[in-house]
Amino acid sequence: MSELGMAASPVRSSRRLLAPLVSLLLLVVGLSSPAKATLFTAESFTLGNGLRVVVVENHRAPVVLQMIFYQAGSADAPPGKSGIAHFLEHLMFKGTPSVPAGEFSHRVALMGGEDNAFTTEDYTAFHQTVARSHLAEVMQLEADRMTNLVLAESQVDSERAVIIEERRRDIDNNPAGQLVEMMTASLFLNHPYRLPVLGWAHEMVTLSRQDALDFYHRWYAPNNAILIIAGDVTAAEVRPLAEKIYGPIPARSLPPRQRLTEPTTFAPRQLVLRNADVHQTFWQRVYLAPTYRDPPAATGYGLDVLAELLAGGVNSRLYKDLVIAKGIATAVNADYDASLRDYGRFSVTAVPPVGGDMAKLGRTIDADIADLLAKGVSDSEVAAAKGRLQADAVKARDGLMGPARLIGISLSVGLSLDEVQNWSDRIATVTPADVMAAARRVFRIDTSVTGELQAETQP
Amino acid sequence: MRRILLAAMLTFLLAPLARAADIERVVSPQGIEAWLIEDHSNQLISVTIGFHGGSATDPRGKQGLARLTAALLDEGAGDMDSAAFQGRLDALGIEFGFDADWDNLTGGMRLLTRDCDEAFRLLGLALSAPRFDADAVSRVKAQMLSAIAGDADDPETLAWQSWLRLALGDHPYTWPIKGTPTSLAAISAADLKAFVARRLARDQMKIAVVGDIDALTLATLLDRSFAGLPAKAAPIEVPQARFATPGGVAVIDRNLAQSVVQFGAAGIMRQDPDFYAAALIGDIMGAGNLTSRLEGSLREQRGLVYSVETYNAPYDRVAILGGSLATKNATAGEAIALVRAEWRRMHDEGPTAQELADAKTHMIGSFPVRFTSTYGAAQALLDIQLEGLPIDYVDHREQLYQQVTLEDARRVARRIYDDAALRFLVLGHPEGVKATLPSPPLE
Repeated sequence: MSELGMAASPVRSSRRLLAPLVSLLLLVVGLSSPAKATLFTAESFTLGNGLRVVVVENHRAPVVLQMIFYQAGSADAPPGKSGIAHFLEHLMFKGTPSVPAGEFSHRVALMGGEDNAFTTEDYTAFHQTVARSHLAEVMQLEADRMTNLVLAESQVDSERAVIIEERRRDIDNNPAGQLVEMMTASLFLNHPYRLPVLGWAHEMVTLSRQDALDFYHRWYAPNNAILIIAGDVTAAEVRPLAEKIYGPIPARSLPPRQRLTEPTTFAPRQLVLRNADVHQTFWQRVYLAPTYRDPPAATGYGLDVLAELLAGGVNSRLYKDLVIAKGIATAVNADYDASLRDYGRFSVTAVPPVGGDMAKLGRTIDADIADLLAKGVSDSEVAAAKGRLQADAVKARDGLMGPARLIGISLSVGLSLDEVQNWSDRIATVTPADVMAAARRVFRIDTSVTGELQAETQP
Repeated sequence: MRRILLAAMLTFLLAPLARAADIERVVSPQGIEAWLIEDHSNQLISVTIGFHGGSATDPRGKQGLARLTAALLDEGAGDMDSAAFQGRLDALGIEFGFDADWDNLTGGMRLLTRDCDEAFRLLGLALSAPRFDADAVSRVKAQMLSAIAGDADDPETLAWQSWLRLALGDHPYTWPIKGTPTSLAAISAADLKAFVARRLARDQMKIAVVGDIDALTLATLLDRSFAGLPAKAAPIEVPQARFATPGGVAVIDRNLAQSVVQFGAAGIMRQDPDFYAAALIGDIMGAGNLTSRLEGSLREQRGLVYSVETYNAPYDRVAILGGSLATKNATAGEAIALVRAEWRRMHDEGPTAQELADAKTHMIGSFPVRFTSTYGAAQALLDIQLEGLPIDYVDHREQLYQQVTLEDARRVARRIYDDAALRFLVLGHPEGVKATLPSPPLE
């Protein structure tokens, strides 16, 4: 914690309710750019062993960020081993023959650094921010644990207890987290996206050292990773370092990625979680949606604009109707989540006032969606939404983590660097007809799950 | 590809300039000061602004006044009502907002260079002529009530709030910053206007700007936006906060799967010469990066917690040396005993020479990370100003940490790491925990 007062404040905001939802949606917030310019100053190349490298320049401070994305996440868990990708993420800090347990983060700290990691459905990412003079060292640390991980049984046992504490915090102690977990498992009836990233509690307790090593040997390889270096550095500087440090690691033959797909669904699903301890309630609808890669090509971009004009600002449809005009919500959010490889998600979330009428809130949102489908969208609201998205694009260049994360996620889900770079130009071409085509494609109630977190205990 | 290369070259050429610019003191013709870092690598500008005097100045019975005022500053000003004002921000894609903590009301905006004039005009208008229209006030009150409900659902927030009440009694720092349903209902438009008139004045104002703007342009905008603010704020009348209970443990019984534990005692104030030694020891104890003594003991060795962290938090009227952890109910007693043991060890032995050297390397080396984005840099510059530090603090900071000796560190460890003084607040169904202090009231 910094010595500077505001940063040191332990006072916490009420970020919990929407955090698990909003964190899924960062792709949309980040992805944008000024018209006729690429989003980032970025260059990419691929090493002989298949490691894809992207360098994103930002010279604001003499600092660099390394981020590696392994293309394996919770959806790649073998049956009965839910959470193994996340467990391995934790165990990746347990050392190698040359870097003993606990040393990794310590060494990064001595480079003026911070390090962490995160796991999602499709990938597992590790990142370190260090002074630029330490770039080669931190690359060596990451390359070392790509192949040399050593796991002692006792460390596996204590770390398993840690991830179970993590689940207690995020799920057991958090009814909103419980509801979102149930909704996800109901949205995906067959695809492994139904599994919680942390894992089901009863399977987490059985995860073994061998399970973790099997997953590691199956997926952790240069030809299954994307390396992002962002900050006060150029591609010309990074390339020789990457070739020297990561280049010698041999490629591995990767197993085919076999995932089940979703069936045709015949009915919407509705979930209500009632908890006597809950004070802040919410309503959420999630539709299964296409990805950017699904045809027709304009759909994903149309969904970005659709989300923005529904709830992206004070003049958006839902904010104006629910928050301003009717006062039946205190907050509303619409989101196109394109951060998954195989399916997209489109969601609408609203928080009623304390003691507010949840049923009326849900009915009103449904009526607003029906109204949009029946009457269409205006040229001016599409233009305003596109303008806001393009202003966000310029702001997305600010900082190291945002751009690196955005590029890493986008490439991980199968987009090209060009598609990331040209996102803003593509948004500029979206027409009201594209938005309506996207809306008709996504607003199909039989593909949706509606969840309500309620404060009452009675049925 | 040509576009990428061109952009790369451009950034490369500009980079040395951006770094050499350092922090510039800009003073407008009418005497308004701002700290500026010029950075023309993106067409972006970040602005932060702060005023001394926050929620601790809320009158009893009107808790939440500072936070409500802050939340309403972007809800209409001058001849623009909420819809017009927010519509303008929205149309230009300007990020804009204010907040209040115990000691300060702060705000900021991030905008595209092309909108610079209009953004500064809106910022000046928000601070000098906020409207507080009835519909906006009642809507934002409803949003705050919802946020208060969210706090009641968050065990960490609840434990922190309860710990404050346990440790500091009835000081304004223990009142909820967002207020209560009753106190919010008691706040009128006149109260909000009075807060603005008393607090948002030039003598308590600090400004930082980072990005695509030069000093001359900024000076003109400073005058245009802020010269109309009152010259002098009302005095800030907040008493020192004192620890109200002796060390010990209080338990609030809640139906939780995991006990949430807050702990703390008196820390080191920002102006105290021992501040830097305390920060270094804190880095070793539990504020560092997965490598601290507490992380090692509770997480790495025993798997008791997902996270345990400590802080020395110096506020204007009290400094708190504290921390937090969460562990399953069955191991709450064990976790508390381990925190006490590490506290005692630090008190008795202090840090090792190696630990102190490593902490210095980390504290010095990690500082530039705060400057990697324009908004982060603007926040860092504002924090330095609000703490009353000089503009050349960034240059001297390294030396202030380097000069801490092992002897200093051991002396300061003995001074503040007193495990008998720690007040623990446990929220949950903890096992192996004996309450020695009465539970503070939950509102």
